[in-house]
Amino acid sequence: MSVLLYMIPLALLLGLCGLAAFIWSLKSGQYEDMEGAARRILLDDDEEPPHNTDQSENKAP
Amino acid sequence: MQQDKEGQNRLTVLVSGATCAGCIQKIESRLAREPDVSEARLNFSTRRLSIEWRGNTARSNDFVKAVKALGYGVLPFDAGAARQESENEEKFLLLCLGVAGFAMGNIMMISVGLWASDAETMGLATRDLMHWISALIALPAIAFSGRVFFRSAFKALLGGHTNMDVPISLALLLASGMSLFETFHHGEHVYFDSAVMLMFFLLVGRYLDFRARKNARSTATDLLSTLSGFANVLQDDGSLKTVPIRSVAEGMRVRVNAGDKFPVDGHVIEGSSLVDTSLVTGESLPRDVEKGSDVYAGTMNLSAPLTIEVAKAAEDSLLADIVRLMEKAGQGQAQYVRLADRAARLYTPVVHTLAGLAFFGWWLIGGLDWQSALMIAITVLIITCPCALGLAVPVVQVLASGRLMKGGILLKSGDALERLSGVDMALFDKTGTLTLGRPQLEGIYPPEALQMAASIASHSTHPLSKALAAHYEGPLLPLEDVHEHPGQGLSAAYEGKAVRLGRRDWCASEQNPDDPAHSGLELWLSVEGQRPQRFILSDQPREDARSVIERLQAQGVEPVLLSGDRDEIVQAVAKNMGISQAYGGKTPPEKFEILEGFKAQGHKVLMIGDGLNDAPVLAGADVSMAPGSAIDMAQNAADIVFMGDRLSPVYESLSIARHSQSLVKQNFALAVAYNMVAIPLALGGFVTPLIAALAMSGSSLLVIANSFRLKWTSL
Repeated sequence: MSVLLYMIPLALLLGLCGLAAFIWSLKSGQYEDMEGAARRILLDDDEEPPHNTDQSENKAP
Repeated sequence: MQQDKEGQNRLTVLVSGATCAGCIQKIESRLAREPDVSEARLNFSTRRLSIEWRGNTARSNDFVKAVKALGYGVLPFDAGAARQESENEEKFLLLCLGVAGFAMGNIMMISVGLWASDAETMGLATRDLMHWISALIALPAIAFSGRVFFRSAFKALLGGHTNMDVPISLALLLASGMSLFETFHHGEHVYFDSAVMLMFFLLVGRYLDFRARKNARSTATDLLSTLSGFANVLQDDGSLKTVPIRSVAEGMRVRVNAGDKFPVDGHVIEGSSLVDTSLVTGESLPRDVEKGSDVYAGTMNLSAPLTIEVAKAAEDSLLADIVRLMEKAGQGQAQYVRLADRAARLYTPVVHTLAGLAFFGWWLIGGLDWQSALMIAITVLIITCPCALGLAVPVVQVLASGRLMKGGILLKSGDALERLSGVDMALFDKTGTLTLGRPQLEGIYPPEALQMAASIASHSTHPLSKALAAHYEGPLLPLEDVHEHPGQGLSAAYEGKAVRLGRRDWCASEQNPDDPAHSGLELWLSVEGQRPQRFILSDQPREDARSVIERLQAQGVEPVLLSGDRDEIVQAVAKNMGISQAYGGKTPPEKFEILEGFKAQGHKVLMIGDGLNDAPVLAGADVSMAPGSAIDMAQNAADIVFMGDRLSPVYESLSIARHSQSLVKQNFALAVAYNMVAIPLALGGFVTPLIAALAMSGSSLLVIANSFRLKWTSL
């Protein structure tokens, strides 16, 4: 049974990582435009590279 | 517009007309080409475009112009407090949902171990450890995510009444408190898993419900921005001054250019022009105005600049009257009580009474100690889980709106389907709703005449000219000296001959007085030395209008035609469509009165309309629909917006609404049936934590599975 002492905290840690990732994605505004996100995958974004390359950074709203 | 310290500017505007991925790219890449723009992003769900740039603030005008040049409408956006609030609310719900989901997953992991064995096999110490770990996860999660329910329950109790959140909060608090007590005393009845699962399922329902209703909330803010803007006021010294519409007062003189909307009601003191009054009257043909004519705020000046004297300030204008009517209508609608709320009202007292009976029954009569009696009472509260009730409506709603969306039908308010399912009368507007709202050429004409007419017509933006030019395909004739005469027609010269296109008396009065008058729309073409040619145009009905009306009648919905257009035209269309009740020549307040009359007779009314003149009726009807070609205000006032040239979405929405409503009722029945089994078990004290958890998720899954039938059944 002593294996539980490692496994449970380990499992919780993994779960917490997932939760942290979710909170980050929420704060960085990734759920603000679900409809647009679904359509943006259809865009050919290579056609015209943006002049300003630092756009990829996520800005907190 | 905002500016931060580092010289970074940020502008947020509402963009209309963006309908697909291509639009996103067109707008964003156009703005990204500007050297000083650092970010341009269009939020597709809220239609908001935010632009960030460095340097000159006045550049904002250039950006707006650039987007307009792409063919999209741009409205100033006032970042209203209400909208901000609803966005934070959604984020908060999602965050709570995420935390609850995490807690549920991890507690389940431990609970499976607990359910699979008992104290003898795993040892008391191990079981206590697992209970403590569960408590460690559950208590903070409930304290965090449970706020959604605690807050609203607290507010309701302060106001002296109860709502669905009261039993939920009570169950959550009692379950976690009692479980903690049991954990302290090395007990067996630990319900952390059930409590967190209850919370998770309820939050799922809450979030779905919120998303379904979110769009409805944005109406008021959009409406206000329609009324804001600027007017060009003519000063005494002849110069023009730009002032906000709100500060335009009676007696001022305002200059309105061709292509602009009139900011206020007034009468013309200089110039003559054509005015598109479709916004206010629903009339499809532009009206001639000259010195002394009245014009109304919101209508559009089409052909020549006008100077008007303000008769009524913006807040007293006809447009403002319409807005006020709409507000009045909106208040009337707020009385509607949704099915889920009605169920909750019934549910709360029943459950609380049962739990109370269980506690006192076992304690005083059954002879148990008070802890065990309380445990049974809590089990009753948990197992009569409102999960199924909380999920019954939102799941169906989200599935139905997804299905409608595929058919080009946009559901704007959460309970629209529920209201739609009960209608027994459908009011149709004529122009733009039953008909396409744009005139089309009718009949066959000599090719030379058509070519000549189209060649002149291509120089004008008048709707009839546009219809004529659009009908003709082929080379245009080179014309000279083309002039547009407001209210009359066009004149030009071709190979030395005078050519005219326009009204009957502009082209044909002398040569051809005997030709019988046509009641509909007509255009005349005269070429010097030739007999004038008449072109007949008409506003065509949508191709499936008649069959939709027949199918509605078959479903027990009575169609009624309600229009601001001339009565004889309205009656003719009604006869053609097989509609027995028709009202023509009605102003917006009269339309509203007719609606009130029907409602007073006990009819549940569906309104379908597209103009500003329909907006109050759209807002006041039990449920309303607008085509995608409707003006923004009508779309805002409507509960459902449908795309395309067909009318069949009206019928499709109705049948999906009725189908989903029957599913919702089945879901409630399932939830009740489940409780009939679960409650006696809980009252009898037979329920262990495992059974509580299984029964609860079982009922929730059953409801979800039943809702999914909406996806598979055909119409």
